[in-house]
This record gives sequence, structure tokens and C-alpha cells, in this order.
Amino acid sequence: MLKYSVALRRQGVGENKRVEAPGQKAKLKTESVDLFYGSYHALRDITMDIPACAITAIIGPSGCGKSSLLRLFNRANDLIPGARVEGQIYLDGEPIYGNATDVVLLRRRVGMVFQKPNLFPMSIYDNLAMGPRRHGIRRRAQLDEIAERSLRQVALWDELKDQLKKPGQELPVGQQQRLCIARALAIQPEVILMDESCSALDPASTMKVEELMEELAQQYTIMIVTHNMEQAVRVSDMAAFMMIDEDKVGRLVEYAPTVEMFSRPADKRTEDYITGRFG
Amino acid sequence: MKKFKEKLSGLAFLVLALSSISVLLLITVFIVVQGASSIGREGLLNFVFGMKWAPSQDIYGIFPMIVGTLSVTLGAAIVGVPIGLCTSIFLAEFAPPFLRNIFRPAIQLLAAIPSVVYGFVGILFVVPFIRNFLGGPGLSILAASIVLGVMILPTVISICEVSLLSLPRQYKEGALALGLTRWQSILHVQLPAAKSGIVAAIILGIGRAVGETMAVIMVVGNATAMPESILDSVRTLTTNIGIEMGYAFGEHQEALFATGIILFVMIMIINGLAQSVVRRKSK
Repeated sequence: MLKYSVALRRQGVGENKRVEAPGQKAKLKTESVDLFYGSYHALRDITMDIPACAITAIIGPSGCGKSSLLRLFNRANDLIPGARVEGQIYLDGEPIYGNATDVVLLRRRVGMVFQKPNLFPMSIYDNLAMGPRRHGIRRRAQLDEIAERSLRQVALWDELKDQLKKPGQELPVGQQQRLCIARALAIQPEVILMDESCSALDPASTMKVEELMEELAQQYTIMIVTHNMEQAVRVSDMAAFMMIDEDKVGRLVEYAPTVEMFSRPADKRTEDYITGRFG
Repeated sequence: MKKFKEKLSGLAFLVLALSSISVLLLITVFIVVQGASSIGREGLLNFVFGMKWAPSQDIYGIFPMIVGTLSVTLGAAIVGVPIGLCTSIFLAEFAPPFLRNIFRPAIQLLAAIPSVVYGFVGILFVVPFIRNFLGGPGLSILAASIVLGVMILPTVISICEVSLLSLPRQYKEGALALGLTRWQSILHVQLPAAKSGIVAAIILGIGRAVGETMAVIMVVGNATAMPESILDSVRTLTTNIGIEMGYAFGEHQEALFATGIILFVMIMIINGLAQSVVRRKSK
């Protein structure tokens, strides 16, 4: 536990600027969610409330269904043939797995940043404008404004403002990933899902993205999946620890404020994992 | 001993590989040698831009045939490319697996049908249809465009489909995650990303249309006059050679070889374009 003490102290310092995690309004709510891929049972009975304007980290050993869980919130699993969800997830109290759900609209409200930067093979500007354009914004001035605003949000404006016509894929990976975040922000989502978004980055870029997350968490609800427990401790307010049970089904073992989980884990398995005894 | 065997087999493969290259070389040399004297006698400009083809009077101008080739090819592209592109999008993005398993072999089969059969179907169905409903002789640019448009489908479909399927999955995921609809993702992200493959598919399809002979002879009418509408009969460069080579001799034969040179140059340009597009993609 000792190795987290420094990080925990930093977490304590940063805490004041944000609302207390527990007890506040839940942005997202899952209600006994089960996920199947065909006959394969991937997640069982996940129930959790995700607080608004905070960072919730999902941690756990490989293959425990962290990404699958994250992808439930913008229905990215819909793309996988045979995927089936039982239970319900609510965004601001509205069910997102229902006949009346507009999946396209849901994805505008719940943005996603992937493990590796996935810029489209086009210019920086066109990448940023893709979402807004498709959602009906045609005026050049307005698109320019959106591009500038989202680049400023990820602190890339000064670096990139003179090369917006350059192909996005020619940038260094760290900048590409921040540009992906900017692209997600350009459509002004309410929630941002980040699926191990730092795992392909070097430490310096990782730090920049983490700082960015903390800043964004003042306005946005952020959920991250991470393999890196130090990262979870550094940035997150809430932590969800997942593991596969004896039937190889992913389950939520413990869900608590990060400080609490890393200082006094309630479950023996959580303790074993965060002290590095397995995983 | 072992080393000797290795060397020997290496040499054998080299010889075999060279033989296929040398066929290309021989054909080039043969056509040029046979046809150059005709172009020299007529003058390149007179030959290419001459309006009259009259072997009995030793007048050899192939401009109407160049126009014929270009118009038939363009028509084939107009007919075949939209259908082919839409089919490939359907196969790559929308078709359920069982449909895909029916479509793919069926489309490959389309490529295996001998061209004379296409021409036959063209004469039986396409030509009378045009004659009855649109007028003219029926044997026309339009008929050849339709028949060729179908013939280039396998090329266009399979190359477009491959280039769509070889896109990283991340593009589509990213597009959908931005709240694009499936169709918006295809139109604004996936198709632009697959652009060079699609262009290559179109160029290769056009190359096939330029070179096709048998089916075209059967439906295009083979008139050597300049066409005035797409309902007129024309003659293409390939059909000119195909029809007359059997009985031509002397200057007439050389003029046909010269036609071959022009055709050869056109095909080379088209292939060069396709190669440069593909190369730009891989860079």
C-alpha cells in the first residue's frame, strides 16, 4: 500500500476543487446489467451509479470485461454480432437500452476516445469538423470556432493553429490522441469514455492527457478504463474493481471512492490486486 | 552438390520468369515493327486524326474509332461503376454473411463467362430493346456500353470491396462514436479513406473495357463513320483489328498493326495511372 501514499496525498490536494464523489447526482446508472456475446457470458449483474462531473476509473486484471463494460455506455457493443444486454442503463434517468432509444443521439451525448489514436485519414481540421458537420453545422465561421475551441480545450491550439490543413495522421502519437479527445469534445458530449487511452503514449504525453482529464472533469463526466493503477489513483474520484468469477464471467467486485478503495479496500480480492499480488 | 542444386533451381526460375517478361517485350517489338511503317507512311497526325477508313482506297484514318473506343469505354464506366460501387458497399457493410456467401461466388462467376456469351446476350436482348424503344439500328454505343458495363462489374466490385474491407476497423468505430449514422460513416469517412483503392478499381475496369473485343464486335455495329449520338453504330480500335485482320495483307495489315500501337499506348497509359494510384495508396 505504501507505494500509493504519495499519489494519494496528491489526490487529497486536488480533491477540494471537485464535488465530493459519493452522494452526488448520478449521471449514469446501471441496473443489474448482464452482457452476452452469443452464448458467452461476459458481464454479470453490474449495478453502479456514476457521479456527474467526476472521473470514474474501471480497473482489474486483463480479460475481466473492463472495456466491455465501458462500451455499454455508448452502445459500442452493438457493432459486435451476437452481443446482447440484459438489465438497463440510465443516462440522466432515461433508459439507453430501449426501443425508443436513439443510438446516434446517445453517441453524441456520450463520446468515446479509444486505446490507440484513430484519426481519419484527412486533415486536422476535417477531423475536428467531422462530427459538427454531420450534425448539420455548415457555416465555415462556426466550424472554425468549434475547431479552435476544442483545440484550446486540449491545449493544442498554439501548436497546431498554423497547420490545420495538415493530415492528422502525420502528428506524433501523443498529439494525435489529444486531437482525438478534441474531436470528441467538438460535438460537446456530456460524458467521455476513455478506453485505456494512455496505453499507447509515452510518459510525457500520458501526463498531459491526465492533466487534461482532470480539467475536463469539471464540466464532463468521465469514465476511464486503465491497466495502470497509479493512473487510477492519480486521476480518478471513483474506482470500480472488476474481476472474473469462478464461471469466467466479469463482475464488479468493489466500487468506492478511489481514496477509500486504495487505502482501505473492503474486499480481500481488491486488496490482493492493488497490492500487486496478482494481475 | 547441394549448393549447385540451389543455384540450378534459382536459374530455372529466373529463366521461366524471364520468358513471361520476354513475351511482353516480343509483342511490343512485333507490333511496333509491323505498324510503324504504316504510321510513317500516313504520318502520325493523319493516321490518328484521319476521319476516313477505306482500305480499298488505301486511306487509313482511325479518329472515329478512337472516338468509338472512348465513348464506349466512358459509357461502360457510367453503367458499371455506380452499380459496382454500390454492390461492393452492400457486400462490405450491409450484407448478412449468408447473402455474402451467395454474392461473392456469383460475381466471380460473372468474370468466368466467356465474352462471346455476353455479346450473344447483348444481341438477343439489349440490341432489340434499344432498337424498339429508343430507335436507331440498336447496334450502338449504348448497347456496347451496357454489355461492357456488366462485364467490368467483377473487377470493380472485387477491388472496391477489398479496399473497403481492408480499412482499419477503427475508422468506422470512431465515426460511429462521434454520433454519425452508419450511412454517414460510409459516405464521409470510409469511402474517402478507401478512395485510392476505388479509383484503382475504376481504372482497371476501364482498362478491361478498352481491351474487350469479342462482345463489342457483336453489339457495336462496326460502322467506321463518326458517331453523332449514343444510338449510332461505331467501331472501336479492338474491333477494327478483330474484324479485318483475318483477310488483310500489305499496307492494310500494317495499318491494323498501327491501330494496335495506338491501343497499346492507351492501355499502357491506363495501367500506368492505376499503378501510380495504387502506389500512392501504399505510401
